[in-house]
Amino acid sequence: MTTPAVGAALPGFLNENLVSILNGLAVGMLLFTMAVGLSLIFGLMDVLNLAHGAIFLLGGYVAYQVIVKEGQSWLVGVAVAVAFGAVAGLALGGILRPIRHRGHLDQALLTFGLAFVLADLATIFWGSDFQSIPSPVFLQRSVEVLGQFYPAYRLAVMGVGFALAVVVYLVVERTQVGAVLRAAVEDRAMVSALGINVGRVMLAVLALGTALAAFGGVIGAPILSLSPGVDAEVLILALIVIVIGGLGSIPGAFVGAIVIGQVQSLGIALVPQAAPFALFGAMVIVLAVRPEGLFGSR
Amino acid sequence: MRALAPGPARPLVQLAVVFLLVVAPLLLGDFRLFLLTEILIFGLFAASLDLLVGYTGLLSLGHAAYLGVGSYATALIAIHLTDNVFAGLAAGVASSCIVAAATGWLAVRTRGVYFLMLTLAFAQLLFTLAITWDSLTHGANGLPTPKPTLGPGDSGGALDGGTAFYYYALVAFLFGLGLLRAVVASPFGRALVGIRENESRMRSLGYATSRYKLAAFCLAGAVAGFAGSLTVQQSSFMSPSGVSFEVSALALIAVIIGGRATLVGAVLGSAFVFVIRDELSSAFNEHWRLVLGLVFIGVVYLLPRGISGLSARVGGLLTRRTERAAGEPA
Repeated sequence: MTTPAVGAALPGFLNENLVSILNGLAVGMLLFTMAVGLSLIFGLMDVLNLAHGAIFLLGGYVAYQVIVKEGQSWLVGVAVAVAFGAVAGLALGGILRPIRHRGHLDQALLTFGLAFVLADLATIFWGSDFQSIPSPVFLQRSVEVLGQFYPAYRLAVMGVGFALAVVVYLVVERTQVGAVLRAAVEDRAMVSALGINVGRVMLAVLALGTALAAFGGVIGAPILSLSPGVDAEVLILALIVIVIGGLGSIPGAFVGAIVIGQVQSLGIALVPQAAPFALFGAMVIVLAVRPEGLFGSR
Repeated sequence: MRALAPGPARPLVQLAVVFLLVVAPLLLGDFRLFLLTEILIFGLFAASLDLLVGYTGLLSLGHAAYLGVGSYATALIAIHLTDNVFAGLAAGVASSCIVAAATGWLAVRTRGVYFLMLTLAFAQLLFTLAITWDSLTHGANGLPTPKPTLGPGDSGGALDGGTAFYYYALVAFLFGLGLLRAVVASPFGRALVGIRENESRMRSLGYATSRYKLAAFCLAGAVAGFAGSLTVQQSSFMSPSGVSFEVSALALIAVIIGGRATLVGAVLGSAFVFVIRDELSSAFNEHWRLVLGLVFIGVVYLLPRGISGLSARVGGLLTRRTERAAGEPA
């Protein structure tokens, strides 16, 4: 805990915009849960999963059902939503299987159609009003950060997102499972020739990616509110994140998510009119200077 | 059209369709005629998207941007300058062509996912701009626009009424579709297909593929802007929802359901989309998106060539049977 005196001593800019910066970090971490799965799935399977935003939204709705409607605990809500996300990923794998041999255009189209269907199913079950999940009771308070009060829940989202990023990074970079995954991204046929079932690796990554998206929907629900349209909104932001960071790169998804989170929050606070252009401008500049993204290798 | 009616029947089918379109006002009530006008205009827009998606192999998720630029330009010209119908069309085509050239310049340098992303981002940006640029667009409230007039002698009556506007839209539609068909049949159009099939080979053959793609992008944008002008002239209203992601998505769905790289398929697909949305939506309890999405998924799975591919297959079977019958000794 810092004292207000420290806060007053902070540089004026930071002092004035602390809340926006923190909000941006929270949004960035939410985007990371979306972007990392999108990026891994694309890196491994060459499939751009346009249904990823719908799974984010549905994950949030499923948790809303469990926590708000059924009155279960947060932990149960998260568990059910994550399980739902993983099953959705496995189902997606099954649905994509018959057209794997066609180009990635057709596969992107299929996920696009799925997104349309899932979004409408969500309005059938949960209507088109804004729904929200109250944050867990023990996080329903404010914490003093550098002399200013800030919701504890958002700090928790940041912490969880950061921990998630570290775990995913370590698993992919430092474990044997991760080594297989990276090898499959580089050369699928070779990994297959080594006797590893690449199809199963792909399914696992799909399930992991969609589970993460559903998880993002749950922890995002107290901040964003769930409603039709949120799916497309987060999908577009997550796509911008992975284009900036570089397709298939986990550190890229992380840095991209932080950048876009700040553009979305600090950018809107500082120059409300220019924020959408900044979002777009950031992507255009990266594409013009480094077409493979900040951390991309291709 | 090739896919629609194979063999010597093709010109006959075309004539019959044009004839039906010409007599449609005699057969349809006001509401249906309005719907048919909408379908023709949206069909032209979807056909312009087909030039990118079907012929050139560029999956654009933001084609509504160019429709919307055309609509806004036409609306603004009609409000502030002149309600002449041709001035509106010219403004729509010119502005969307310029915006397509500026954005396409960057977009055609990228491929696959990046192209999809950029087009989506451009469209979202324009959507945001349409909402926030209040002094120009009146934000989400939208712009009511005066009815278009034909010339100095016309005080707004010549194109008023469903039938008159329908014929105007029909002529514009046939002109736009004819233009697109001439383009895809030309050596330029063949080169676009070559780029879709194998871009690096086309490049090594000496084609400046980026330039071809940019030209296709501008042309598709200009035709979309043309359709945008017609849209706003029909509805006398423009709001940001005309540039929304859903518009881009519906056009893409129309192209895929109708059949890629056929142009006519895009129009058939548009008819399908509008009938599901406007005519049958009460039957589906307003959940037309669900129905449309399921049909779309089914088409991607089972009919990669769409409805028009299906009719070609049926037509192929028929002609084969007649040929066999004709070939058999009496």
